[in-house]
Amino acid sequence: MTTTLPAYDEVVARYEPVIGLETHVELGTNTKMFCGCPTDFGGEPNTRVCPVCLGLPGSLPVANKAAIEATIRIGLALNCSIAQWCRFARKNYFYPDMPKDFQISQYDEPLCSEGYLDVEVGGELVRIGIERVHLEEDTGKTLHVGGATGRIHGATESLVDYNRAGIALVEIVTKPVPGTGALAPEVARAYVTELRDVLRSLGVSDVRMEEGSLRCDVNTSLNLPGEEWGTRTETKNVNSLRSVERAVRSEMLRQASVLDAGGRIIQETRHFQEDTGETRPGRSKETATDYRYFPEPDLVPLAPDTAWVAELKAALPELPRLHRRRLQEQWGLSDLDMQSVLNAGAVELIEQTVAAGATPAAARKWWLGELSRRANETGVELADIGATPAQVAELQVLVDAGKLNDKLARTVLEGVVAGEGSPTEIMTNRGLEVVSDTGALTAAVDEAIAANPDIADKIRSGKVAAAGALVGAVMKTTRGQADAKTVRELVLERLGAQG
Amino acid sequence: MAAISREEVAHLARLSRLAVTEEELDTFAGQLDVILQAVAQVGEVAAADIPPTSHSVPLTNVLREDVVVPGLTPQEALSGAPDVAEQRFRVPRILDEDVAS
Repeated sequence: MTTTLPAYDEVVARYEPVIGLETHVELGTNTKMFCGCPTDFGGEPNTRVCPVCLGLPGSLPVANKAAIEATIRIGLALNCSIAQWCRFARKNYFYPDMPKDFQISQYDEPLCSEGYLDVEVGGELVRIGIERVHLEEDTGKTLHVGGATGRIHGATESLVDYNRAGIALVEIVTKPVPGTGALAPEVARAYVTELRDVLRSLGVSDVRMEEGSLRCDVNTSLNLPGEEWGTRTETKNVNSLRSVERAVRSEMLRQASVLDAGGRIIQETRHFQEDTGETRPGRSKETATDYRYFPEPDLVPLAPDTAWVAELKAALPELPRLHRRRLQEQWGLSDLDMQSVLNAGAVELIEQTVAAGATPAAARKWWLGELSRRANETGVELADIGATPAQVAELQVLVDAGKLNDKLARTVLEGVVAGEGSPTEIMTNRGLEVVSDTGALTAAVDEAIAANPDIADKIRSGKVAAAGALVGAVMKTTRGQADAKTVRELVLERLGAQG
Repeated sequence: MAAISREEVAHLARLSRLAVTEEELDTFAGQLDVILQAVAQVGEVAAADIPPTSHSVPLTNVLREDVVVPGLTPQEALSGAPDVAEQRFRVPRILDEDVAS
């Protein structure tokens, strides 16, 4: 397809988008959903399996209490109603990623339903309706071999590892979100970001999109103003926050070009391509999907009593949006400044740096300045840059004590990022400490005066502005390890001039 | 009226990846119909005051603590597999994407 895509502005002027998001979260429980197998990431193939998650005859599942509690807590944090009685269901299908030939899920009786999550986009609050939050089990991992590419097309056989099969998986489904217009891609991203923060604050998952513990499917449709909602497509393989935004935008453009040409949108699953930022059609379903759901006979119903739910609700942590508002007040930041902290992904980092003893201003300066710049240059998340909040706080202690000036502090920080050790170690090992020995500084100043007699004369005759050149010379001989203000005072003092 | 149509049996066979001949379809549709009609007699007993049930024992909240229990070794896990490669279950290629989750 080489159709030229219309401009985004034109698309949103003519069409109204409706988006919807389905998010899967692997819970961070110690064991799988229905058996006692461990869940840690990695591991040799088929080393975290047992008769239950392999679906061997005679084995019976028993639900993990911690996973049930985590799901109820997610539901409560998303303002959902918690079912007083619900059941698991079998979702039947034939694909080897589940050895049982079915997945235990929830169907018409989800554990949590009818909630919402408020997200901020451009200073405005957008309420995203939550349709349901339910529990299911994750599938195994299939490796397609025999073909040239290792992808499913052209493969002749599949190798299956069931380590992941049976890990507790929570599915969170939004209601359709209309009315966001040109902001639809940003709203989608803001929702997933906020949801991730909520899940992290609950401590229920490590929510790492790259490792697949948080996975997102994005539904998009377009309609003409005043008309019914259009046919939606579902985009899978969206593995980063940035991709969520790009996937919605690219699907809006593609659908607009199809509609403009008088075509119809086909309801289908599409795959997001990280490299091009476009979506490609997946294989369409052979016939209408028929999972033949029925209540799971091997598990008894779940009936969370009011006291249990109330207890879980009372123990919920402060939710991210309120937490951020409190921090913003404590740090004395404007909305705009707080937004740049958020955009940089630096809220927690600054919070921890302040907790380690730095002032909010100093913590913000390092994380949003030098460290953000390096993160952008190297294309890594700020949190993975290699410097810890404790190290940044330590760096600031050295600056406050006058042992490091700004330039030296940056050099030390580079060393920290490179893994050379703590700021104090780097300062000592590389001899980066500010020269505070006045004798040594005076000698350097005298040397500079002797080497630049013309400039010295100018200063003696009252042209104090010329002192800058001598300060520069001293800084050079001390390799930047002097305090410029002290040097300037010394220069003026030695030449008998008044600052 | 038949409880299950020939088309429905063909659909189920397709979902189950079973190759069923035209003659077999006739046979199975007839047999399944008899079975379903017999089971349907239960429905005649069911009244409005009897809720549909999926469990015969009135139990709820049977849960286990989140504690790791030793499972199988890979050798044990793979011992019943029809075919094995790279410590994984080896199965024929399935022409479909990941449909679950």
